[in-house]
Amino acid sequence: MSSPLLEVENLRVSFPTHSGCVEVVKGLSFTLGRERLGIVGESGSGKSMTGRSILKLIRKPGEVTADKLRFEGIDILDQNEKQMRAIRGARISMVMQDPKFSLNPVMTVGEQIAEALVTHQKLGRKEVQQRILDMLVAVRINDPERVAKLYPHEVSGGMGQRIMIAMMLIPEPELLIADEPTSALDVSVQAQVLDIIDDLVTRKGMGLILISHDLALVSRYCDRILVMNAGRVVEECAAGQLDQAKHPYTRGLLAAMPVIDETRDELPVLDRTQWAGT
Amino acid sequence: MSALTLKNLDISYGDTKVVHGVNLDVPEGESFALVGESGSGKSTILRAIAGLAPEWTGEISVLGQARTHRVDRKVSRQVQMVFQDPYGSLHPRKTIDSALSEPLAIHGIGNRGERVEAVLKQVGLDQRFRFRFPHQLSGGQRQRVAIARALMLEPKVLLLDEPTSALDVSVQAEILNLLKRLRREQNLTFLMVTHNLPVVSFLCDRLAVMRHGKIVEIADVAQLKQGELKESYSRELLAATAA
Repeated sequence: MSSPLLEVENLRVSFPTHSGCVEVVKGLSFTLGRERLGIVGESGSGKSMTGRSILKLIRKPGEVTADKLRFEGIDILDQNEKQMRAIRGARISMVMQDPKFSLNPVMTVGEQIAEALVTHQKLGRKEVQQRILDMLVAVRINDPERVAKLYPHEVSGGMGQRIMIAMMLIPEPELLIADEPTSALDVSVQAQVLDIIDDLVTRKGMGLILISHDLALVSRYCDRILVMNAGRVVEECAAGQLDQAKHPYTRGLLAAMPVIDETRDELPVLDRTQWAGT
Repeated sequence: MSALTLKNLDISYGDTKVVHGVNLDVPEGESFALVGESGSGKSTILRAIAGLAPEWTGEISVLGQARTHRVDRKVSRQVQMVFQDPYGSLHPRKTIDSALSEPLAIHGIGNRGERVEAVLKQVGLDQRFRFRFPHQLSGGQRQRVAIARALMLEPKVLLLDEPTSALDVSVQAEILNLLKRLRREQNLTFLMVTHNLPVVSFLCDRLAVMRHGKIVEIADVAQLKQGELKESYSRELLAATAA
């Protein structure tokens, strides 16, 4: 592996509340090369906050500290807002969870994708138009000319998510952070969308951080997996060895998933008291 | 008796027809799933039954009674819907108590306090949540409230529109267990829309695979478990899950 794309050491994210400071990420460390890393955990485990802090998207009064947070040698924590804007989108981009809230409701789909592109590159109008249509085809939208003229409320959730992915990939970033990119999609489209991401990531040699609560999905599309619970990594393993996971939390998550030939009458649920202190 | 019967059902939004000639019969007490990709019209069928998509032709019968196109109180007493997104389906400025009391007020049912207490217990929520607002609850707790709201009028049929797809797997397991228990206890009929085939396998007896507004196949869950779906499209869906 070449020099790491991203180095994170002892990352902490905290928010002040009335009853003292709440730490949501408690000393996370990992390095990422040009590979696919999956971060798995439930809501509230701090996985999305980890993704956001890499892009410095945590607003005041939230606070991010780290011994090291470097992207290709650039110290992210030292960058000012203007410098960050040159990184966000162009070099690291993020696919958010919910297309309903993440797309601008008063701009057409085409305009939004164009915005992502022209913010970072100077291109002629015709070329921009062509790139948009190509990108929409790449995310497997039939009839891209029509879709480019639609507003977000006129497209389905699955289509909205593919539009977001188009928007995020069109400036050709080096690192893509996908935060639950497919939780709003149905299975057939889910696989398609991840195949698209996977294909673009491998072809362009990008790094990918896939944040999800779906263990099966992450193990299928990633090389390495971090399992997070309550702000900490409880287990790290290669994707292929997930079924040999040892931590009770990981095992609990695996057991809670219904399977296609389900015979259990009741699904086991996590007993949250068991590792509350860990 | 059939809980739900759909005959030659066509549903449109404006000029666009999204459901074409659907025939379906769900007997009382059954749990039936509609699966298919986004835009296949599965949620639209639920919305038409609930009265949220009034532009339909054909026949919708609930427990043997034909449904009219208007808001129908008799139907709402028997059929209630649980929506996909627990964040969007509860009024942000109403307490859980007032959200749960509202259907009772509309239908002129008394004894509201006790009924709210009872339904919270049924869905496994502590009484201390009663006077909280939705933003003070987690996603799983909110979905429990949404299910509680649907149960307030003691309906016979629940329409479930992707009830767990916005939730974590561990919370999903809790909600699925809850739905299964409620169905057993109250002999409910479920018509559930989902794209998650393992969930169908856990909770349902039969399923219909939909594509482009038409039903392509109706199968038993046993067939799903053994991977014996007939139509090529259904097999594709199954393959996407199993891959």
